[in-house]
Amino acid sequence: MIKQIEGSEAVAEAVALCRPEVICAYPISPQTHIVEGLGRMVKDGTLTPCEFLNVESEYAAMSVAIGSSATGARTYTATASQGLLFMAEAVYNASGLGLPIVMTIANRAIGAPINIWNDHSDSMSQRDCGWIQLFAESNQEALDLHIQAFKLAEEMSMPVMVCMDGFILTHAYEQVDMPTQAQVDAFLPPYEPRQVLDPAEPVSIGAMVGPEAFMEVRYLAHAKQISVLKRIPETAAEFAQVFGRNAGGLVREYRTEDAETIVVALGSVVGTLEETVDAMREGGVKIGVLSIRSFRPFPLAAVRAALGNAKRVVVLEKSFAVGLGGVVSSDVRMALSGIQLHGYTVVAGLGGRAITQTSLTRMLTQAVADKLEPLTFLDLDWTIVNRQIAREAAVRRSGPIAENLLRDVGTIAAKVS
Amino acid sequence: MVQDIKFYQTGTFTVGNRLLDPDQRTVQSSIDRNNSLTSGHRACQGCGEALGARYAVDAAMRATNGQLIAANATGCLEVFSTPYPETSWQLPWLHSLFGNAAAVGSGIAAALAVKARKAGKSQSDVRVIAQGGDGGTTDIGFGCLSGMFERNDDVLYICYDNEGYMNTGVQRSSATPPAARTATTMAVGPDPGAEFGKGKNVPLIAMAHEIPYVATATVADLRDLEAKVEKAMSMRGARYLHVFVPCPLGWGAASCDTIKLARLARETGIFPVFEAENGEITHVTKIRHKTPVEDYLRLQKRFAHLFGTPGRPEVVARIQANADRNIKRFGLLEEVPA
Amino acid sequence: MIQIRIHGRGGQGVVTAAEMLSIAAFEQGRFAQAFPSFGSERTGAPVVSFCRIDDRPIRQREPIAAPDVLIVQDAHLLHQVDVFQGLKPEGFVLVNSRSSADALGLAEIVARLPRGHVVTLSASEIAVRHLGRPMPNAVLLGGFAALTGIISLEAVVHAIHDKFAGQIADRNADAATEAFATLTAMMTNPQEVSV
Repeated sequence: MIKQIEGSEAVAEAVALCRPEVICAYPISPQTHIVEGLGRMVKDGTLTPCEFLNVESEYAAMSVAIGSSATGARTYTATASQGLLFMAEAVYNASGLGLPIVMTIANRAIGAPINIWNDHSDSMSQRDCGWIQLFAESNQEALDLHIQAFKLAEEMSMPVMVCMDGFILTHAYEQVDMPTQAQVDAFLPPYEPRQVLDPAEPVSIGAMVGPEAFMEVRYLAHAKQISVLKRIPETAAEFAQVFGRNAGGLVREYRTEDAETIVVALGSVVGTLEETVDAMREGGVKIGVLSIRSFRPFPLAAVRAALGNAKRVVVLEKSFAVGLGGVVSSDVRMALSGIQLHGYTVVAGLGGRAITQTSLTRMLTQAVADKLEPLTFLDLDWTIVNRQIAREAAVRRSGPIAENLLRDVGTIAAKVS
Repeated sequence: MVQDIKFYQTGTFTVGNRLLDPDQRTVQSSIDRNNSLTSGHRACQGCGEALGARYAVDAAMRATNGQLIAANATGCLEVFSTPYPETSWQLPWLHSLFGNAAAVGSGIAAALAVKARKAGKSQSDVRVIAQGGDGGTTDIGFGCLSGMFERNDDVLYICYDNEGYMNTGVQRSSATPPAARTATTMAVGPDPGAEFGKGKNVPLIAMAHEIPYVATATVADLRDLEAKVEKAMSMRGARYLHVFVPCPLGWGAASCDTIKLARLARETGIFPVFEAENGEITHVTKIRHKTPVEDYLRLQKRFAHLFGTPGRPEVVARIQANADRNIKRFGLLEEVPA
Repeated sequence: MIQIRIHGRGGQGVVTAAEMLSIAAFEQGRFAQAFPSFGSERTGAPVVSFCRIDDRPIRQREPIAAPDVLIVQDAHLLHQVDVFQGLKPEGFVLVNSRSSADALGLAEIVARLPRGHVVTLSASEIAVRHLGRPMPNAVLLGGFAALTGIISLEAVVHAIHDKFAGQIADRNADAATEAFATLTAMMTNPQEVSV
C-alpha cells in the first residue's frame, strides 16, 4: 500500500512485517523514531509475539541481541554514531559468533565535536568488523533493504547493518510502497539457526581460539563475506519477484554507459547527484553516477566493471580517513587497480553540511576539466580554517577549536540553511 | 527446608549426607548429578570458583530439570572451562564479552519468552543463568547488571567473588578488600595493599534495586549454596547470588585451605551470609564461633605485609573494625539472653 | 516542482506543517517530500522546514535554497533571519501576523513580487479562537491553499485528520477552513492586504 510517511516509520513498519521476536535498543538521535514506532507496535499488540527491551546502553543493546539471537530468536536493534562506537566490542562479537542480527544505522557523524547530523563516519568506523553493510538511497529502499537484510543475515549466519542517512532519510516524509504481511512471509521464512542454545542439544558457544586455529576461523569469515557478493544480487532478484520492484543489489549505475566521468557515492546524496548529472548531460557533458549499495562486502568486480571505461572517477563521500584522505575512495582505488584513469576524492557533507546541486555542479565542472585537486573538501570555509590556524600559531592558549570556529561562523540561528 | 543438624566436626561436612533424608541431600552427593562443569577443565588446584560454579550450576540444573541455559562473562571460569577445542560445560553455554553477561542473559530470557508464547505457554520452562567473576560483575559488567535488575528480567545472575581480576594477573577490582595486595595495589609504601574507603557492596546494591531475590553464599556451605540456588530458581524475575570463592593463587593461600578460608570469612564477619527479597533482608546465617580476623588474614600471603616485624597491627585493627561493623549491621551473632 | 519553505520557532509546529503539506499533496496524487532543518530542538529557537511537491519522484535532498513559497509562522523572525533568501521572483509569501506587510517593513518585498503574492494572515488569532492556543501551523496551510491553489482545502483537511485525532483534528480543520475562506475573500478584494 502506498503511503506518505516518515522514513523512520516506514522502517519500523517494514521491520515489524519481518516478524522480529526480540527488539532491544537504546535511544540516540536520529534513530529514535524507528525504535519508538516499534515499541508502540509491541505495546499495542500490533507486533506480537515480540519482546521489546528498553536497555540501558548501546553496549547492552547489542549484548541482549547476541543472547537473543544465539537462542534462535529473530533479533533487531538500531543505533547511530556514538552508540555504534559504544557497542563496538559487541558488534565484533556478533559477527565473530556468526549471529544474524539486523541493525539499522541512522548514519550520523561521530564526535568530538559532538554533532547529531548526517555523515557516514559511524558505519565506516565499523567497516572491517565482519558485518554486511548495505546503503539505502531513499526511504523506499531503506524499508526494502531491511526485509532483504533479515533473509540475507539468516541464510548466511552473518549480521547485517542497513545504513540510512540520519535526518535526511529518517526524518523525511515521502511516498513509500509498504508491502503486505503475505508478501513478506512469502519472501522471509521463519529463522532456522545454524547454531542455537538448546537444552536438548547443549553446545558451548564463544570458546577462546588460540594461535593454532584463529587464522582459519577469521579466514572463514572473510570467505563468507566474499560468498555474500553472490547472494546479494540473488536476494535482490528474489525480492523483485515477490515485491515487483528493484532494491538492493551490489551497485546501481545511472547514465554510465558512455560516461567519461563517473561520480561514485553512497546513500541519499545519489538522488541529488542524479539531478545534477541530468542537468550537466543537457549541457553535453558525458557524466554518470555509480551508487554503491553493498559497501561490505565491497563489490570490487562490479565497481571495476562499471568504472573501467571512464576517463575519470570522482568519489564523493561523507566520510574520510583523518590524515589520509578518502575511505570509500581507497576501496574504489583498489577496485581499479591497474586501470589508468584520473581519480578524485571529494569529501562532502560531513556533520550534516548540505550538499547542493550548485556546489556539485561547480565541483564536477572542475573535475571534468581535470582542474580538481586529488583531495577536495567540498564547500570548505577556508577563511575560518585559516583564521584558526593563524590563531594557533600566534598563541599557545588558543582555546577550544570548536568554540573558536563557531564564534567565527556567527550566530547559527540567523542562518536559513 | 535445610534441616537444622548441628555438626560438631570442623574441617569438612562430608559425613553429613548419610544422616539426612534423601530429599535433603545435596546435589553433589548424587551420582546422577549433571556435572554441568565436568572434569578436564584447567582450573588451578583448589580453585574456589570451579567449586562454586559446579555447585551452583548443578543445583540450578536439578531445580530446572535440566532446562537451563548459561551466559558466562570472560574471566577465569570461562577461560579454564573452554580451552580450545574442548569444553567442560554440559549445558547450553554462551560466552560473549567481559562486561555483558547480564545483558546476554536478558537477551536469552527474552528469546525464550517469545518461544514460549509461540508454543502457547505463558512463560518459558527453560531458564537462564548469567555468571561471572567479581571483575565482570562489579566493575565492567555493572551497567548491564543494573539494567537487568531494573528491568526485572528473568535471569539469575551468579557472581563468583574472588576479590580481584585473577585471570589477567591478580589486579585490583572494586571487590578487593582493604589492605589486600594485588598487582595494582602493591604491598609497598606507607599504605601497602588496597586502600580503605574504596570498593562497593554489590549485594546491597542489588537489594537497592528491590529485585525478587538477593543472597550471598560461600563454598564452605554447600547445602546452603544449593538451597539458595534452588530457592532462586523457584522464583521469576531478576535474582542475584553472590558467592565467596577463595583463589589460592591470587590470595597466596594453600590450595587445601579454600573451604576453610570461606568458612573463616563467614565466621569473622568479613563476609556476611544472608538472603533478601524485594529489598528487605529475610534471613541471616549466624556466626557459630566468632573468630578474630587475624586467623583469616594470616592464611593468605596477600595480607602478609600486615604481620611479621613490625607488622601493621593498626591496619589489622581497622579490618577487625569493619568486620565488627558487619556483624552489628547484619546481626550476625546470636542474641545472648541476659 | 514547487518548493515551499516554512519558517518559525520550535514549538509552533513548523515541522508538522511541512509534513501535513506533503500529506495533502500526496492526497492529491502528487509526489511530495518534507523534511526539517535541524537546529537546536529547544522551544523558541528558529526552525526551518521544507516541502517539495512534484508530479514525478523527487530525487534531490538538499535544503530548499530557492523557494517558490515562503510561510512565516512567526513574524518576529522577519528581521532576525533572512527568511527571504533565494525566494523566486514569482514567489509567494504568507506571514502569520495581524499587521499589514507594509507595517511589517516588507514594502520592498511586496514591490518586487507580483501583486497579491505577499499576504499577512492573523493565523494565531484564528487558532486561539478554534484551538484555545496560538498554534498557527494548520491555519496557515488553509491560507496557503487559498493563496497559491497548489493544494486544495479538502486535501489540507485530510492531512490534518491524518496527523491529529478527535477534537484537535476537527478544530484545526475548522481553523484552516476559516483561514481559507478569509484569504479567498481577501484576494477577491485586493485593496485589503491583511486581516
